[in-house]
Amino acid sequence: MSWDIALTKTLRHGDARFELDVRFASAARRLVLFGPSGAGKTQTLRLIAGILRPDGGRVAIGGRVLYDDERAIDLSPQSRALGFVFQDYALFPHLSVRQNIAFARRRGWLNPAVAQADAAVERWIDTFHLHAVAGHYPHQLSGGQRQRTALARALVHEPAALLLDEPFAALDNPLRRQLRGELRELQALLRIPTLLITHDDDDVEALGDEVVQMKAGRVVGADAPLEAVRS
Amino acid sequence: MEGAWVALALTLKVAGCATALNLLLGVGIGYAMARWRFPGRDLLDALFTLPMVMPPTVLGYYLLVVLGTQGPIGHWLLQQFGIRLIFTWQGAVIAATVVAFPLVFKAARAAFEGVEPQLEDAARTLGIDEAAVFFRVSLPLAWRGILAGLLLAFARALGEFGATLMVAGSIPGKTQTLSIAVYEAVQAGQDAAANFLVAVTSIVCVAVLLAAGRLVPGRVPQRA
Repeated sequence: MSWDIALTKTLRHGDARFELDVRFASAARRLVLFGPSGAGKTQTLRLIAGILRPDGGRVAIGGRVLYDDERAIDLSPQSRALGFVFQDYALFPHLSVRQNIAFARRRGWLNPAVAQADAAVERWIDTFHLHAVAGHYPHQLSGGQRQRTALARALVHEPAALLLDEPFAALDNPLRRQLRGELRELQALLRIPTLLITHDDDDVEALGDEVVQMKAGRVVGADAPLEAVRS
Repeated sequence: MEGAWVALALTLKVAGCATALNLLLGVGIGYAMARWRFPGRDLLDALFTLPMVMPPTVLGYYLLVVLGTQGPIGHWLLQQFGIRLIFTWQGAVIAATVVAFPLVFKAARAAFEGVEPQLEDAARTLGIDEAAVFFRVSLPLAWRGILAGLLLAFARALGEFGATLMVAGSIPGKTQTLSIAVYEAVQAGQDAAANFLVAVTSIVCVAVLLAAGRLVPGRVPQRA
């Protein structure tokens, strides 16, 4: 089983309360979390990554238990080995593209140097055609370059699975189609489990073997992608 | 004139030590207050800001009560280590540190609150431990704001008068800082000495401001 997720969390924002109760299990390598905005998709991804603490439940990916309240297992986000691509990419603004990608390659209290030589980093710079902008800072990049940098940064860490939060939301249409194609090739190449959030039907068809539908904090159905979109 | 240079050296030493202490205290407490939620946080924030609004002489009096040989901390220091802080330059450092603390604390807190928590989360998912997240993401992004606060605190410590006089007194060559020396010279009718001290103080202040303009680096964009 690739994905075995059961999570509950009560989110409070002022007087408003939002009950999140998400359960799904799937053997699909490429899973899509589909639903309208406000359904709790992003919070679900944050719970899985461990950067938001659940009230209870269980998270196991590829047979590895990351969180289980009954067995008192709660791995830190650092040791979950999940690649997270944030919706607005969360690139480090004070670091160049190369430093951003190399971030996870260096432990300790210092950031990677501006001019470091690291074969893994250079390979990902090649893969994502980022050579021309490797010395640039995030605010100098186009939307597509930012997205590729964020993907490269997550992949250099050699994650056990990849979590993507609406990776194309910030892009316009032709670019979205192109990057969707690139991500599809990458999925085929790396064979890494991916969980992708979207509210775009085209993403579901291109990038998901199975789809989990969410609405108002709950899973409302799990299906093969085409049926889900057409129903 | 000799005395003026001694007072200047002492003033720079006291202000420098106070600023170094405030770097550690202000950044540490500013970060904690920006990132952690706990009961009584607002009250604590008000207490930490108090030195900014209270008259320095009142602060000095509090410090005397606490650090004096009869006070709780002063008594303990004397018993355990034989340390007396009142009427020493170290006492002047503590007075200047307390008076200037809110300037660093407020600046650091605002600077850390301006750092997107999502960037820290991104670093965590990349396997970077909590201390390294602070030194590699939070601190570099907040550094400009903190530096501005530190420079203000240094300037404030240079000019400290009331609390320092209460705690450390005015012993020439030992605890008499520039601003206190000016007051003493005017009281004693030594106009020439007062003129010289005022000129030295003014030049030092202008130099600090110019240095501040050079030290603060170019703008670091906060958003990617």
